[in-house]
Amino acid sequence: MAKLERAKSEHPSHAMGWHVQPLKGRSIQAFFSIEDDGENFTYPDAFDVDFNKRAEFDARALDGPAINRKIRQLMSEGYGWIVVRNPLAKHSLGVGILQKLKLDFDGSLGYFGVGLIDGPNVRIKGRVGWSCAENMMSGVVVIEKNAGSTFGAAIRGGDLVCKGDVGARTGIDQKGGSILIGGRTGAFSGFMMQRGRMVVCGDAGKNLGDSMYDGTIFVGGAIQSLGVDAIEAELTALDVAWLTRKLGMYGLEPKNGIRNMTKIVAGKQLWSYDNLEPAEKKLVL
Amino acid sequence: MATKSKAGAKARAKAKAPARGKAAAAKKAPVRAAVKAAKGRKKEMISAGKTTVDIDHFLKTKGLDTEREKIIGQHIGYRYDVNLLPDYDRLTPFLRTYIETMGWDDLNWLEDVHLGYEDGRPAIFDRNINGWVSMPKGIKLPDNQQDRDMLARELLIKFQMSQKHPLYQLKQIYKKF
Repeated sequence: MAKLERAKSEHPSHAMGWHVQPLKGRSIQAFFSIEDDGENFTYPDAFDVDFNKRAEFDARALDGPAINRKIRQLMSEGYGWIVVRNPLAKHSLGVGILQKLKLDFDGSLGYFGVGLIDGPNVRIKGRVGWSCAENMMSGVVVIEKNAGSTFGAAIRGGDLVCKGDVGARTGIDQKGGSILIGGRTGAFSGFMMQRGRMVVCGDAGKNLGDSMYDGTIFVGGAIQSLGVDAIEAELTALDVAWLTRKLGMYGLEPKNGIRNMTKIVAGKQLWSYDNLEPAEKKLVL
Repeated sequence: MATKSKAGAKARAKAKAPARGKAAAAKKAPVRAAVKAAKGRKKEMISAGKTTVDIDHFLKTKGLDTEREKIIGQHIGYRYDVNLLPDYDRLTPFLRTYIETMGWDDLNWLEDVHLGYEDGRPAIFDRNINGWVSMPKGIKLPDNQQDRDMLARELLIKFQMSQKHPLYQLKQIYKKF
């Protein structure tokens, strides 16, 4: 009986503080001093590598994980420029590199190449499969030929460049960074884009920028169709300056010149802060 | 025969059309009103964004500009222009050294870093901890967003590369290799 009364008045979660601790204003505080702690240019646990120290190895006989381990071992030895010969389109190569590094692949990569990277400068001489540079945080990735679908999926930062054509859903869920495409891009490119910039020098497929929340898409060629809530905007002087500099860095040129590029932004009708019912929202769009 | 019946169907449809049109219009009237109201709110939001010319707007106020924001008690959208491109003439020496160290030709991922405002204080969003890093109190903010963004980038690098960054400390405890 006593137990029952206790259960009524006191829920076990009370002891955990759920009912007394306000959610608002809770924060984890970490203090650091700019003067004492802030003069590093790389992560504290990154390998100290030198761009002038070059190493190369043949990946023909190695599987994916072994190639990645080899790259890591070379970084730990201070090599800042690594060349991988014969990658033979193996999957998930060059992933999870969280520091500065010059990494060259002398061939093509399979699926999920150079994903989850934060810092390296990667050059791929061949083609890449699906989801290249997925979740990329920073750095530069240049692909000399074509790329598959979901190129730069969920990218958050850095420059991702494909000099050829790319497949569908390029930059799906893009949260930052710049995706630069020398050729054409497939359907649903910029789908659910949230931030960042996508530049397509050639034509864009159906439903470009579908359901985009924010960010900017520049297209040099024809756009087959715009997706839901993607609208055209005016090209500004800052846009032109940025495009000229950025495309010049990688030797890319839009079909009809930079000044004739089409700029696509979010119409922001999908921002879910108003009180429209779903049926009403459909009509607005 | 088939042609005749098709023609008849067309005529019947034509006769019914005005009535159907009226009924449909009546049905859609409240929806149209809602759409109009929504577009009004949209315009209001856009105009609020455009009229926010005071760079310290989010330091001086809570950013509740539109009717909708006042009702829900929170600001709608970002507190800074996420699409603002950097002005490279305003690069700081620290950032130049950082770019050089990393072997890049420009700001790279830092192009997406801007000075924001959180709880009425200038702050930078750190994606590695999914939280805001407050600007130290002693630092005087420049009078334009481009310079503020450069300052934010510098501070964020210094914080992320510090051994006191929570991600580094977590990694020390949980890292597998």
